[in-house]
Amino acid sequence: MADTNPIKQFEVHEVFQFEAFGLNLAFTNSSFFMVLTTLMTIVLFTVAMGSRATVPNRAQSVAEIIYGFVADMLRSTAGSEGLRFFPFVFTLFTFILVANMLGMFPYFPAPGWHSFTITSHIIVTVALAMAVWLTVLVYGVFKNGFGFLKLFKPSGVPGYILPFVVLIEVISFLSRPVSHSVRLFANMLAGHILLKVFAGFIVMLAGALGAAGYLVGILPFAMTLALTALEFLVAFLQAYVFAILTCIYLSDALHPGH
Amino acid sequence: MEAEAARYIGAGLACLGMLGAAIGVGNIFGSFLQGAMRNPSAAQQQFGNLIFGFAVTEALGIFSLLIALLALFG
Repeated sequence: MADTNPIKQFEVHEVFQFEAFGLNLAFTNSSFFMVLTTLMTIVLFTVAMGSRATVPNRAQSVAEIIYGFVADMLRSTAGSEGLRFFPFVFTLFTFILVANMLGMFPYFPAPGWHSFTITSHIIVTVALAMAVWLTVLVYGVFKNGFGFLKLFKPSGVPGYILPFVVLIEVISFLSRPVSHSVRLFANMLAGHILLKVFAGFIVMLAGALGAAGYLVGILPFAMTLALTALEFLVAFLQAYVFAILTCIYLSDALHPGH
Repeated sequence: MEAEAARYIGAGLACLGMLGAAIGVGNIFGSFLQGAMRNPSAAQQQFGNLIFGFAVTEALGIFSLLIALLALFG
């Protein structure tokens, strides 16, 4: 009977051992998918924009649509000065999008090996969210000095509740990396666990009922199909939400107190 | 009570948190539809806000699911 444990898909396996300075720097399946994500993004965009035609062909059109999508998102939330962060936001968006999509392959590259969703580990999403939060903090203080503290005093607040509002704003600012990272992590984790649980039902039915189990197994199969479609949507949506929240936080660094 | 039983009970209780998130998500889309019925031409502009509001609200439901999963498997 096949192993239907839904948690095993998140295990990190070492591919090449490598130790340096007492740290375990092995190349794992997680590292492999990160390298694959980066290479795929670079190759896709380089090849698509290679022709540089004024009237774009199909591939160049896709690249330009993605570029325009992120640029519009950044410009509408952070204003035209926000565009200095465009490489950062574009990198984040495409990295998370391609990483989430790579995790949707059931077999990669062949049955026997499964794909690995790098964003389903909290450390990866925390690293991305901390990069955003520290950029906001450092750039906000660098550009505005003490004026950055205006972020914690919203305009139009009466004097008597001001201390409480400032306290709530500070706590809310400090909880940004937590919510930013946990949102992406939990969505990916829960989605993939759900998929494996329903797929496991098919195997369990076949094991319990034999041949008739495969017939009744149409039902969990249909559910797995629907969930896979939902997971594709969630993969794109979570990349978009991560990027747009990044834009909103960056606009706080550029114009605090708006 | 054994730890194993407490895990399952904890996971079940944690899932009650998704009640609030479900109501919130329905609220978002309901408000959007109501507004779109009143002003259909301006509805497409607010689509980005709709998706953003949905994702932020659903995140809280997913946080609750995360606690349940941590109780079950952590």
